[in-house]
Amino acid sequence: MNIVVLVKQVPDSGTERKLDPADNTVARASADNVINEMDEYAIEEALTVKEAQGGEVTVLTVGPDSATDAIRKALSMGADKAVHVSDEAIHGSDAVQISAVLAAALQQLEYDLILCGAEATDSQMSVMPALLSERLGIPQLSGARKLTVEGGTARIERQTDGGYWAVEAPLPAIVSTWDTINEPRYPSFKGIMAAKKKPVETKSLADLGLDASAVGLANATTQVLDFAGRPPKGEGVKVPDEGDGAQKFVDFLASQKIV
Amino acid sequence: MAEVLVLAELDPAGGGVRKTTLEALTAARALGEPSAVVIAAPGTAGGVKDALAEYGAAKVYVAEAPEVDEYLVAPKAEVLAQLVADKSPAAVVIPSSPEGKEIAARLAIKTGSGFLTDVTEIAADGTAMQVAFAGQTIVHSKVATGTPIYTLRGNSVTPEPAPAAGTEESVAVSVSEQAKQARVVDRVVEQKSSRPELTEASIVVSGGRGVASAENFKIIEELADALGGAVGASRAAVDSGFYPHTFQVGQTGKTVSPQLYVAVGISGAIQHRAGMQTSKTIVAINKDPEAPIFELADFGVVGDLNTIVPQATELITARKG
Ligand SMILES: Cc1cc2nc3c(=O)[nH]c(=O)nc-3n(C[C@H](O)[C@H](O)[C@H](O)COP(=O)(O)OP(=O)(O)OC[C@H]3O[C@@H](n4cnc5c(N)ncnc54)[C@H](O)[C@@H]3O)c2cc1C
Ligand SMILES: Cc1cc2nc3c(=O)[nH]c(=O)nc-3n(C[C@H](O)[C@H](O)[C@H](O)COP(=O)(O)OP(=O)(O)OC[C@H]3O[C@@H](n4cnc5c(N)ncnc54)[C@H](O)[C@@H]3O)c2cc1C
Repeated sequence: MNIVVLVKQVPDSGTERKLDPADNTVARASADNVINEMDEYAIEEALTVKEAQGGEVTVLTVGPDSATDAIRKALSMGADKAVHVSDEAIHGSDAVQISAVLAAALQQLEYDLILCGAEATDSQMSVMPALLSERLGIPQLSGARKLTVEGGTARIERQTDGGYWAVEAPLPAIVSTWDTINEPRYPSFKGIMAAKKKPVETKSLADLGLDASAVGLANATTQVLDFAGRPPKGEGVKVPDEGDGAQKFVDFLASQKIV
Repeated sequence: MAEVLVLAELDPAGGGVRKTTLEALTAARALGEPSAVVIAAPGTAGGVKDALAEYGAAKVYVAEAPEVDEYLVAPKAEVLAQLVADKSPAAVVIPSSPEGKEIAARLAIKTGSGFLTDVTEIAADGTAMQVAFAGQTIVHSKVATGTPIYTLRGNSVTPEPAPAAGTEESVAVSVSEQAKQARVVDRVVEQKSSRPELTEASIVVSGGRGVASAENFKIIEELADALGGAVGASRAAVDSGFYPHTFQVGQTGKTVSPQLYVAVGISGAIQHRAGMQTSKTIVAINKDPEAPIFELADFGVVGDLNTIVPQATELITARKG
């Protein structure tokens, strides 16, 4: 079973994230960059399938050179090798363009199963499985809280508001995973050491047979015109509970005509 | 006037159109004359046509076929792409559910267009607003290529009636083999609650790690019930097994935007704020006066939730008499 896991490096979602006023793209250089947390669940799922059925797990990343940190994390968890697409021209690409790069890179790989996170924590778009399904002509099984792969069929429980949908499709397929699907392993010391020796192949747009006009800020299908910090909320009221805290709370609700 | 296609999102339980559809029809009016598109199992459109017309649909395109329900997302995107090719609309507006975003993505590839997800406002010139990074940043953006496709985030626009003709036009559906790969074999509803749906509730009471146990979540439920609201939970509360994941609010849970959000025993991490920051009025109850949740609270009580919450429930119940 050949499994490819898509991994994105993002600014830590627990920190204050910013756009760069120079060109309205994510300020990645100054950010605390980490592996997209959602992708750890996809890696864990890939390793679980591999452990049960054999095969190889390849990590695929599109991002600047610094994204190697995210690749190392995936390799130290147990992935076998990685492909890193890095090219100045990709800077500022939108979802449509990134999907074109990922699709081109995937076409150079062998895969039975593609796994990715259910969303990137920076954009929260949750669209990559749909975009890649469309481009590669393979089925999309997105938003999984459970995955089983058996006899050439993948079956998921797609998480919904009040339960799930059972959805199945023939392989090869692309599956995205929520954080309810498993508990990602921590890299062991041995894993971290081994990761340093695992192969990471770097590819440029030319290696993928793509033209620079297909990607990048200047050719993007969407444009960020301007941005601003959200206006701070006016000072609220804070009262200590001196036996009358509940009463004050209810009085406040009444003043807002809520009760 | 330019035609704008609005994909209708239907209540899976058969309760008609969702409020998000009325919001999308309202937002679409900034760009032109909305036509609603109903892509669903046979026999669905009849029950929703009137609501669509009332909220501004000059036309209602009805594409009914069993396949659009039997397979995941792809058939709906195919039907919508066919309509875009036939009608050359000025734009397409889709409610921003998981499925809505996936339909938008596929439509973008099929039509060679750009798409914007989770927009909160659309202006007449096609510029849209997005709220990024857990509400810290407001962005204006536009589609530069093809037919602009937007997904509209729920609760960001107030639905306003604007009665229109709602002329029905049926659309022939033919779904390719390619789009019939991911088959929906079962739809399972696990939690049926008598409380309002979390993302649509006008009042949400959420509990965090501070609630301390699954049993103690009873006091959160009782306050929610007294207020007629829904119950939410922080990730720490969910991870600790206090409350089911379906009710998680935040980055990896639900995004809510109610009239009133009450955060009980929740510290206010950025990832939690991501899901509730746009609530109209925020109240926090926390024993730590330095908890970051107080930075966004309109009203905060510093103290023990175990005494404050039950007392508040009693007072509210008494007021209602
Ligand atoms: C706040 C914000 C808003 C944005 N809004 C839009 C918009 O409305 N329209 C638009 O076209 N673009 C938008 N973008 C840009 C877009 O997010 C990026 O181009 C991005 O790389 C595309 O994928 P995603 O992260 O959004 O995908 P998602 O679908 O959210 O990511 C799902 C998974 O896809 C995989 N993945 C995503 N990107 C990569 C990558 N580079 N390398 C490897 N795997 C990857 C990961 O496994 C990830 O978990 C936005 C970006 C930001 C920061
Ligand atoms: C990628 C990613 C995604 C995430 N997504 C989400 C998400 O979707 N939703 C989410 O909520 N979190 C999310 N988190 C986790 C988030 O960072 C926080 O860890 C989480 O929100 C903390 O939950 P909490 O406020 O309940 O717990 P804590 O931070 O432990 O806060 C508990 C609070 O309760 C108070 N308290 C304790 N006892 C009492 C008492 N008796 N009376 C009154 N107050 C009391 C304490 O003072 C404290 O402020 C995410 C994290 C990551 C990395």
